[in-house]
Amino acid sequence: MTTLEMKNVSIEFPGVKALNGVDFSVESGKTHALIGANGAGKSTLMKVLSGAYDHYTGEILMDGQALSIRSPKSAMDSGIQIVYQEVDTALIPYLTVAENIMLMDTVHNMGKKQWVNWKQMHSKAATILSEINLTLNTKKLVSELTLAEKQMVLIARAVSKECKFLILDEPTAPLSHTETNELFRIVLELKRRNVGIIFISHRLPEIFKICDEITIMRNGEVVERQRVSDTTQNKVVEHMLGQELGEQFPERSITFGNTVLEVKGLTDREKIKGFSMQVRAGEIVGIAGLVGAGKTEFCKALFGAEGKLVAGEIKVNGKRVSVKNPYEAVKNGLALVPEERRKEGILVNESVESNLSVVNLGRFSKELSFLDRKKEKLVAKALINRLGIKTPSEETKVQNLSGGNQQKVAIGKWLVAEADVYIFDEPTKGVDVGAKKDIFNLIVELASRGKAIIYASSEASEIMGITNRVYILYDGKSVKELETNSTNEEELLFYSTGGR
Amino acid sequence: MEANISAKKKTPTKMSFDLFQFLYKYGTIITIIALIILFSLANPSFIQGNNIVNILRSISIVTIIAIGITISLTVNGFDLSVGSVASLSNAVVISMFVWFSQNTFVAIISAMAAALIVGILNSIMIVKMRIPDMLLTLATMFIIQGTALTYTKGATVSQNMVMPDGKMAEGLISPFFSKIGQVPWIILIMVVVVVVVHIFLTYTKHGRYMYVIGGNTEAARLSGIPVNKYKVAAYLLSALFAAIGGIVLASRVMTSEINSGAPYLMDSVAAAFIGFSVLGAGKPNAFGTFVGAVLIGILANGLVMMSVPYFAMDIVKGTVLAFALAITYYKQK
Ligand SMILES: Nc1ncnc2c1ncn2[C@@H]1O[C@H](COP(=O)(O)OP(=O)(O)OP(=O)(O)O)[C@@H](O)[C@H]1O
Ligand SMILES: [Mg+2]
Repeated sequence: MTTLEMKNVSIEFPGVKALNGVDFSVESGKTHALIGANGAGKSTLMKVLSGAYDHYTGEILMDGQALSIRSPKSAMDSGIQIVYQEVDTALIPYLTVAENIMLMDTVHNMGKKQWVNWKQMHSKAATILSEINLTLNTKKLVSELTLAEKQMVLIARAVSKECKFLILDEPTAPLSHTETNELFRIVLELKRRNVGIIFISHRLPEIFKICDEITIMRNGEVVERQRVSDTTQNKVVEHMLGQELGEQFPERSITFGNTVLEVKGLTDREKIKGFSMQVRAGEIVGIAGLVGAGKTEFCKALFGAEGKLVAGEIKVNGKRVSVKNPYEAVKNGLALVPEERRKEGILVNESVESNLSVVNLGRFSKELSFLDRKKEKLVAKALINRLGIKTPSEETKVQNLSGGNQQKVAIGKWLVAEADVYIFDEPTKGVDVGAKKDIFNLIVELASRGKAIIYASSEASEIMGITNRVYILYDGKSVKELETNSTNEEELLFYSTGGR
Repeated sequence: MEANISAKKKTPTKMSFDLFQFLYKYGTIITIIALIILFSLANPSFIQGNNIVNILRSISIVTIIAIGITISLTVNGFDLSVGSVASLSNAVVISMFVWFSQNTFVAIISAMAAALIVGILNSIMIVKMRIPDMLLTLATMFIIQGTALTYTKGATVSQNMVMPDGKMAEGLISPFFSKIGQVPWIILIMVVVVVVVHIFLTYTKHGRYMYVIGGNTEAARLSGIPVNKYKVAAYLLSALFAAIGGIVLASRVMTSEINSGAPYLMDSVAAAFIGFSVLGAGKPNAFGTFVGAVLIGILANGLVMMSVPYFAMDIVKGTVLAFALAITYYKQK
């Protein structure tokens, strides 16, 4: 058995002490969960361990021997491999699966060889895939893979080298139920082969399902380390937040106003077929369905983002509107918080402040479109407080915020805009339980102010917890409409999987 | 990842960290100051008022055209057709005077209109046909170059030129127009262009939108920004400034040479890109572009003064540019 230890690790970034004297240890052949609120420092700790930073203090030891990990290569050479959450940053899309899996081998082990042996590359890659029981055509281009498959390629790459410890940073956030199970199968397989797994996730049930041990972080420090079997989900949350969570879902209103949004026969070129729905003022309407059922496509079609609606009628406040593009959608009072926040929701290179004002710069403009920077700053500060966004200042680039805080920024910007209809597409993806609660509160508050809310999610518990009514989407079609109060998760799942 | 590793050393290396940060911000400006000192030592007349005005005059056309490129860069585009648009507007404005005996107003408006047509063409092809910016404007560069040549029948247009029918052209360039290209007007025009565009990009809603589009087009679109409109606007503005450059050039030389605008393209591109780093902006910006143009202008002028032979100029010019960029970007990302 091998033990990997981090001792008294600290690291600073301009304006934040991201890690403060952290001790952490894992053993081979175990699955170890690392958990903590957004911005607690999980990803940073793992980046230190995998050699992404060289300006930390503290020690890393393997079986008592000090390791010098200051670059990704030195970490890999010590048998520490990582699969980052943003899989696309680590893959080369126009190369094949085999080339991507064997990338490290090509880069480090070619030695004096100059020629690529294609046959050998494909056979080696195939062997690695079969060793972890994966079936994937090695000749396929990575750009054609699904997210889950891309993740598999990265895991295969990680184990293509000597792999004693494998770090998975929020691997399940974008995966469907089946894909998650497939991932767990691989994790257990690796565990059987004596690999130590470090598993980061915001989904507690998962952790209790597959992890042996758990380390809990808060504000850059480790607050607790336990065997999973010795604790409960509630206790973990308490350690994470430093307080009890209380009721996760806020009280919902049950009286609604007039119909705000009416959709009839919405059909897009690819996925959505004849979707009809209405949402009243103050009502939260869920769009349930499995990953891939077309929830995102529906949200985007409604918002004019796909630009390829073929049929359908949209009425806002009784008036028929044309929503050919997002610009028209916003003008007609719609707002969309998209699922892929890094790609679609935020401007990573801009400050928190300009991210928050971007939707409604008009409000911050004086005569001749000149910007009112003072007002912009003031509103940004207020929003940061109200949403509890963890950031050193309103001028920090959004890139440097942790995942959950980026999501809050993506939601926050629409609060400035004062829309009539808010569309949320998986707003809690990658968000910790505390922040989730904040987001739920926010949504309910919007509803109580008479906004119409559409809430798309593949998490049945969230649909049950926050919506008033729900439409179930299966393969692009609305197969069922249910009152949330008179249904349950089983029924949702039944219709979501095509039952009728 | 790599991005995070660099630049953020802790206390022991605090000094060097600050130094690099400092260089990133002020690298270009330091190079300019160093060059001024160097050239002045070599030849004291370099810093005399006369010569400074000379330098400013010599960079004004480059700066105006580079400002156009800068605007196209803010929306993450790239307008390579500006050089030939400058040629075209140069040809149009001179021919309006010489061939058609028009007044200054008509001449200038026609030149701008010609340029705006190119801008419309560029933006439609880029926005509607989705041709990548650089490729499309490369194509329009050839088309417009050819159009300008065809329009002037491959000849230099000037006062009293011999027309195809054997007669001399009768039109005259108005005395008012000839002022535009002279000091102080030419410098004033440049300063106004830089200041107005700087204010536009930094302090107005529209400027912010353009940067947002350049930063993340998809997020900008989903935020309800009319992305296509702003892209069209960017290419129109870019063509417009190229036209102003061409008009000023026309007034300065009072003729229309073949491809007169082409030599300005590369210097303008260089100025705009050097401008990225000035004062640590990290993105295209009008003031930075001006500083970039100053750097290039000082180099050209100083080298002539030091009697570097013309055929070796580009070697030195390129080397100093690479140096300025090196101290700026070394250790950054
Ligand atoms: N490169 C950086 N520059 C500045 N601050 C940073 C940088 N990287 C991380 N931080 C800060 O360090 C803290 C910890 O971030 P980290 O990404 O480790 O959080 P996390 O626990 O992974 O959260 P999440 O669950 O949201 O992914 C945050 O406050 C973040 O803003
Ligand atoms: Mg993280």
